Amino acid sequence: MITRISSEKLPELLQQISEQEKLYIPVDKSDKLSVYEEYAPGKVMSLKLNTLRSAKDFFFPQVQPMAKFRMEGKKIEVMDQRTETEDYCIFGVRACDVRSFDVLDRVFLADPVDTYYEDRRKHATVVSFACSEPSETCFCHSFGIDAAKPDGDARMWIANGNVYLEGITEKGEKLLQSLDLAALGAAADDAAVQEVEAEQQRVHEIQKRMPLYSLKPTDNRDKELEIFNAPIWKELSDKCLGCGSCTFVCPTCQCFDIEDFDSGHGVERYRCWDSCMYKDFTMMAAGTPRKTQLERFRQRFMHKLVYYPIRNDGIYSCVGCGRCLRRCPIHMNIVKVMKAMEEDA
Amino acid sequence: MQKEELIPKVGVVTEIRQETPDVKTFRVVGTDGRKLFEHIPGQCAMLSVPGIGEAMISITSSPTVEEYMEFSIKKVGVLTSWLHAMETGQEILVRGPYGNGFPVDTTFKGRDLLFIAGGIGLAPLHSVINYVRAKRENYGHIDIVYGSRSKEDLVDLEEITNEWMQEKDMNVYLTIDREEEGWDGHVGFVPNYVQELNFPTTETAVICGPPVMIHFTLQGLKALGFTDSQVFTTMEMRMKCGIGKCGRCNIGDKYVCKDGPVFSFDELGELPDEY
Ligand SMILES: Cc1cc2nc3c(=O)[nH]c(=O)nc-3n(C[C@H](O)[C@H](O)[C@H](O)COP(=O)(O)OP(=O)(O)OC[C@H]3O[C@@H](n4cnc5c(N)ncnc54)[C@H](O)[C@@H]3O)c2cc1C
Ligand code: SF4
Ligand code: SF4
Ligand code: FES
Repeated sequence: MITRISSEKLPELLQQISEQEKLYIPVDKSDKLSVYEEYAPGKVMSLKLNTLRSAKDFFFPQVQPMAKFRMEGKKIEVMDQRTETEDYCIFGVRACDVRSFDVLDRVFLADPVDTYYEDRRKHATVVSFACSEPSETCFCHSFGIDAAKPDGDARMWIANGNVYLEGITEKGEKLLQSLDLAALGAAADDAAVQEVEAEQQRVHEIQKRMPLYSLKPTDNRDKELEIFNAPIWKELSDKCLGCGSCTFVCPTCQCFDIEDFDSGHGVERYRCWDSCMYKDFTMMAAGTPRKTQLERFRQRFMHKLVYYPIRNDGIYSCVGCGRCLRRCPIHMNIVKVMKAMEEDA
Repeated sequence: MQKEELIPKVGVVTEIRQETPDVKTFRVVGTDGRKLFEHIPGQCAMLSVPGIGEAMISITSSPTVEEYMEFSIKKVGVLTSWLHAMETGQEILVRGPYGNGFPVDTTFKGRDLLFIAGGIGLAPLHSVINYVRAKRENYGHIDIVYGSRSKEDLVDLEEITNEWMQEKDMNVYLTIDREEEGWDGHVGFVPNYVQELNFPTTETAVICGPPVMIHFTLQGLKALGFTDSQVFTTMEMRMKCGIGKCGRCNIGDKYVCKDGPVFSFDELGELPDEY
């Protein structure tokens, strides 16, 4: 069932959700940047394609406190810092970021389950937001993601001056049912379904004209060593600064560090994002096995395009969000790597 | 709340033995006086002290020891130095066990076994050797080659002479790198000694030690006719989580902490050469 309300009612819709549970929406920070923020009356939802940082922050925050310790003499006390998250809603997540949750789930929810991640994941209701104007850095299509029909617990389209809502999972249906959509003048008729279909077609037509439309990842699962040893890496990695920007903005990058912080009143153990692009990442007593930036660069892309698929039924650890295309200071990116792999293979 | 693998348990250090100038063995039990958890030979645990650091360490005691766990630790940095300086009764943090361990109940079962260790590399082998001794009837003939820089660098020498060397159908060959007063045993590097001893290719071999030693010992075994699939080793990579999530120990499509640290050389041959 697809429900239609006038887009003028979007602020009221957000207000209603925020009365049910904590609500996060993308908001504009400048004409180029948007970020997720907790909703407050008067905050306007951004219509931009992608937030600066990805939605992975909700489940896998940049810094995650893990446990606290107190040491006294020879004794150590362990204090579990976990508290159960309250239900919350992430509203307006793009199709690519929604898929990134699946990619992360396969890591964090694999046995043994990461309870920090699981807790935040379990309590979130994800309302996705179909793209109406895919950009030239978008290539979610390459990974079989439909920008015009995103997954999530519920999805939304904004078109023809209307907001269209559709529940997908039980959680999403429940959220929609908890709202007083009738008060927003909601209608759920065949016309709404047709309007959404027309919108989807319109978006698919735009996608076909986009430069990366025909980009396809090559299934290199049986060529692990061949690609690893291929001569492509030197040229690709030559200028990489090892700044790690691509890993931090990436919705599927999941590497982390575990460190202790001594506050003077006990020691707090936390985890924080880390990057395989850094030399220290694998440093050991006898040195690091990845001595050059070439090796570290290769690790990032081999992991996304070959290693991860080997372990995960051919699913890639890239969702084509295009963030790394926009953020890399030397204009290197995964698209160039995919093309080089294809030519070489 | 549900158990979180990354939150450690408290262990108490009940005994500390100086093995060599830079290696000590620590005996650890839970605060209730019992063993913290069960493990398979070859598995590791993450030891830590708040504010000091965390390090992956092999469990050197055999799973058949019911009362405690032991760790043999070489002093190399911040945490390991702290551990070397502490006294018995000290509490530390422990989480695990991590890794696959040796295939003691499958591939190794019923086989003649050859264990080859260099230096601190005896740590992971200690557990499997004592496990095999405890279940002697499940395994065939056993050969052990162990070498270190000098006599004082040989870990567990007392146990080796008093127990291992007395075990039936088990031969122990010790060697040190250079001649030394008071040593009338073999002198020379492990890889050469292994080749001299000319072990039969019917044995399943395990090599543990520094990378160079592993490299040349494998060459030696291959020259004797051993194949990659019958030789095992344990890998070392930088580790943080121990459960295949932090990405640090990733090599090719494997996580050393979860899929390893034990690999056969034919498994390693399929991985990118990045270790
Ligand atoms: C699977 C596995 C099993 C191990 N088993 C044992 C064992 O039984 N006994 C033992 O003494 N050691 C073992 N190690 C090595 C041990 O983990 C490191 O020596 C330890 O982490 C150093 O900690 P530190 O705080 O004292 O050193 P730090 O102060 O952190 O660093 C000192 C030096 O050690 C390096 N280092 C940090 N982590 C590692 C690491 N994981 N491996 C190698 N070097 C590292 C640092 O880069 C630095 O150069 C094992 C390592 C792995 C991965
Ligand atoms: S690799 Fe780049 S395009 Fe792919 S998901 Fe990460 S940031 Fe997005
Ligand atoms: S953003 Fe670009 S320069 Fe920076 S680490 Fe990634 S590929 Fe290298
Ligand atoms: S140590 Fe974290 S993935 Fe292996």
